[in-house]
Amino acid sequence: MPVSKQRAIPALLGLASLGLLALLLSVAVGSVSISLQDLWAVATGGGSELYRELIVSLRMPRALAAFSTGGLLALAGALMQVLLRNPLADPYVLGISGGAAVGALGAMLVAGGLALVSGSAFAGALLSTLLVFGLAQGGGGWTPTRLLLTGVVVAAGWGAVITFMLTMSPADRLPGMLYWLMGDLSYARAPYGAWLVLIPAVLLTLPLGRSLNVLARGPLQAAALGIAVKPLEWLVYILASLLTAVAVTTAGSVGFVGLIVPHMLRLLLGNDQRIILPASVLAGGTLLTVADTLARTVMAPEQLPVGVITALLGVPTFLFLLHRNR
Amino acid sequence: MAVLDIENLIVDIPGRADGEPLGLQVKSGQRWGVLGPNGAGKTSLLHTLAGLRPPRRGRVSLNGEPLENLSRRQIARQVAVVFQERQDSFPATVMETVLIGRHPFLSAWQRESAEDIRFAQEALSALSLNLLKDRLVSTLSGGERQRVSIATALTQQPTIWLADEPTNHLDLHHQVAVMELLNQQADNGAAVFMCLHDLNLAARWCDHLLLLYPDGELCFGPAHTMLVPEALERLYDQKMVVAQVNGAPVFVPG
Repeated sequence: MPVSKQRAIPALLGLASLGLLALLLSVAVGSVSISLQDLWAVATGGGSELYRELIVSLRMPRALAAFSTGGLLALAGALMQVLLRNPLADPYVLGISGGAAVGALGAMLVAGGLALVSGSAFAGALLSTLLVFGLAQGGGGWTPTRLLLTGVVVAAGWGAVITFMLTMSPADRLPGMLYWLMGDLSYARAPYGAWLVLIPAVLLTLPLGRSLNVLARGPLQAAALGIAVKPLEWLVYILASLLTAVAVTTAGSVGFVGLIVPHMLRLLLGNDQRIILPASVLAGGTLLTVADTLARTVMAPEQLPVGVITALLGVPTFLFLLHRNR
Repeated sequence: MAVLDIENLIVDIPGRADGEPLGLQVKSGQRWGVLGPNGAGKTSLLHTLAGLRPPRRGRVSLNGEPLENLSRRQIARQVAVVFQERQDSFPATVMETVLIGRHPFLSAWQRESAEDIRFAQEALSALSLNLLKDRLVSTLSGGERQRVSIATALTQQPTIWLADEPTNHLDLHHQVAVMELLNQQADNGAAVFMCLHDLNLAARWCDHLLLLYPDGELCFGPAHTMLVPEALERLYDQKMVVAQVNGAPVFVPG
């Protein structure tokens, strides 16, 4: 069924409410549970010192980091899938997470601090983007297939470097590295950078929705329907890369969200990018917020890598939707 | 006035030497058919006329304005292209697909208006797709998909139709319906320019023909002057038998 405007607005509102609920839950739940009354007290400027400290400097930043990372990844995934016209594309398919991981693990190897790890992750992500793009240019211009192949090969290269780094690292640093590779929000303290990228990106992609619907029909058909294909593809590629780089810098390479969230929404809402893109941001943010809340509570005081939870939650949900839609 | 003015055009086909340059004018109300064997460059010519690939030499003008001075959007507001091949990597319904023909007329923030939806519905009716409108395009047969493509072009309300084998995959009944539809478009003032592999469709429905020979030679003119057995035999390297049916020539491989 085509998604009419009448169905789109309730769907987006519903997702936004779920997102708020997830944020609220994430702030309330943990080693110390905070009741709704106490939450309200803190929100209105009262409440105990302990609660305020817990909420304002620990749980809130982490919840916001989780939400923005999920939103960034899902949006990047939805964009990559349209750009490459490949439903299997995800934000990492062009090797961005590999580059970021090599940067981050390198920084961890030399016992760098949080700033160095984040900085080199971001640098690695950008380096990988430029590398893939440069190599995909080749003789003529790039095509989605060429880009995809180049990305997959470069990602495989990064994979080898990562494995090498892991085998060479001292045992006491291994857990941190593995957590980073599976996605970890425990060191995400300043989510504001992610939000500063996410909000303009959403505003930028909203008016592009219909053009992306046309682009999904293939480059020739899109050009014949009035799309300047190359500039649009450039924009989408740069945007998706930037979103992924910021997400990876915030929380390591959280898997699954970018691939599956857009597909879940397509199964539920149809494939109109005007709805899928904003819905992806909301659903991706919600999923990662819930997953992170579970990651730090189910085996408390142990923290699980959030990527494990996103997959455990997402796989059955996705399979159910796929089965239902057959 | 010529809606499509082709001057000294040499289509850029990689690895092929320059053929004879093409210079012709397509006027509104005309129905042009392009004939030629496989690989003669029919599709490449059509794409060049749509501005989808740059010519090796020469120029194509749309209502007097060279294509390279026009944006894709300006071209799409006048020219509809029916492609021979389609790709659909993501599911979309017939209605959604057809409605995309309104894209060149809508601004970024605009949604399809009631009028746009009416255009799409009329196009669906014109191609007998009403009952399929909520079906996913990926579940349709080849002929049904072909009609969806034509309905998309019709929704675009073009003044110029560039159609690459518009009767591909269609059964006889729908072949006739589609040719009637294009005929009617021409009667309403559109120019129709289409590649065809079926000589008899061309003989019956086109008023002008362009023959593309594999060696790069070409000739064009009013259909009755082009439908000469010798020329067609040389075009396809195939003996022809001409029969007269209801006063019109019908070509059968000999």
